[in-house]
Amino acid sequence: MKYEEMQESSESVNMTDSTTTDTTGETSAPKMTASHVDVFYGDKQAIKDVSIDVNMDSVTAFIGPSGCGKSTFLRCMNRMNDTIPIARVTGDIMLEGEDIYAASMDVVQLRARVGMVFQKPNPFPKSIYDNIAYGPRIHGLATGKDELDHIVESSLQRAGLWGEVKDRLQDSGTALSGGQQQRLCIARAIAVDPEVILMDEPCSALDPIATAKIEELIHELRGRYAIVIVTHNMQQAARVSQKTAFFHLGTLVEYGETTDIFTNPREEKTRDYITGRYG
Amino acid sequence: MANSGTEHTVKAFDSDINQLRGMVAEIGGRSEQAIDKAMRALENSDLELAAEVVREDKLIDDLEKRIDELTFQTIALRAPMADDLRELIATFKISGVVERIGDYAKNIAKRVPLVTKTRRLTPISLLPSMSKIASELVRDSLDAFARRDAELAMEVNRRDQIVDDFYNSIFRAVITHMIENPKDISEAAHLLFIAKNLERIGDHATNVAEMVYFAATGEPMPERTRGEDPTDLLDDTLSDEAD
Repeated sequence: MKYEEMQESSESVNMTDSTTTDTTGETSAPKMTASHVDVFYGDKQAIKDVSIDVNMDSVTAFIGPSGCGKSTFLRCMNRMNDTIPIARVTGDIMLEGEDIYAASMDVVQLRARVGMVFQKPNPFPKSIYDNIAYGPRIHGLATGKDELDHIVESSLQRAGLWGEVKDRLQDSGTALSGGQQQRLCIARAIAVDPEVILMDEPCSALDPIATAKIEELIHELRGRYAIVIVTHNMQQAARVSQKTAFFHLGTLVEYGETTDIFTNPREEKTRDYITGRYG
Repeated sequence: MANSGTEHTVKAFDSDINQLRGMVAEIGGRSEQAIDKAMRALENSDLELAAEVVREDKLIDDLEKRIDELTFQTIALRAPMADDLRELIATFKISGVVERIGDYAKNIAKRVPLVTKTRRLTPISLLPSMSKIASELVRDSLDAFARRDAELAMEVNRRDQIVDDFYNSIFRAVITHMIENPKDISEAAHLLFIAKNLERIGDHATNVAEMVYFAATGEPMPERTRGEDPTDLLDDTLSDEAD
């Protein structure tokens, strides 16, 4: 299947699904739904009974102090915890109504649909072009060179990097600046046409200007992909997200509109954390 | 949600907030005192005391500026959130409103020399009781701020009706007096403006109360159902004078 066709067909699938699975009464059905999720590392419980919906039309921020479980939970959403032998996940996490922990779920395919961007930019030690082309190649998304070129260009454009790298696509990805590398990683995630993008503190290693560029990018990508961002920077959560979830000691304390969480949180624990009274 | 009083991890933030609370208490106290002094000057035709109120209004104006500067700085430097943000926004607005209350007291004091011969104007006997309640409302609204007391704020809002009722009675009495004694019209008009100033002070105290309620709960204060006000139409023309 060609890249454009695949985009179109995945969009039409989304539309049918959203009309059939909409039980919430909201205008759009949740892209991902987690219900009663527990995560254990050996005997230690890292996540306790977390239920949350992630929507297509809003950026969702996970905030909370170190060790609260926000990254652990994020990693459950594309089964990154599978790589940790002692990790055990119970409860349901559904992507478009499909159980992502079902035996029939192809994990490689899942991670293409639910992409991830990490704290430290981690481009492959290959050319800029190959960094982007790698995913489409292994997933067979392009039939020829022209099509692959097109995917590389459109992904870099969507990630706001095309203008800066179009004349040096054969340079190594690792030769870019930190902020450019992070946008390269976002372009790499976009290249396999995901539905959800998970970002684990994507700006913590970047300077304020590079951070602002990523935040602007998140704003532009909203609506096209469901975006979940874990951040230690509360101002960043306030700036980029429409929904905010506050985690504390493995539980989801409060989840709501970002404006409400930052002006009038319901829970005292949330209040203490966002006003800097925690601990 | 009331402020639990837990300290911030950054202690300097607490020190800014405490300094601001102290300044708001001070500007409130000075305004309350200005009302009481202005009314005492009126009752005793004490021109010296009236002049003191006018002079001291400068202190209130200066305090307002200092409160606004520190609030502005604190918002810029500490990026407050949730109840901290609400409190600082409330502080910013309250300082402006309380400064205005000081202006009304000053306006009353300025009229003292113009009504020294009005002992025989009967409506003047109602003014001390009216000013006592107006000044209580100012005090209680600022106490409510200091204690984050949404209940007391609601009560201030309800009690403002008494001030409004006083104003309506005085208005009718002054108009009657003017009709019966046309030669007193100019001095009676000053009395009416004094009553109007007190009525505005009551309204401003409820403005403070509304901000206290918002700072404490994060919600706007439910609206008060006002009683009938026969002078509604005249309010607009009269209130300009108080500026």
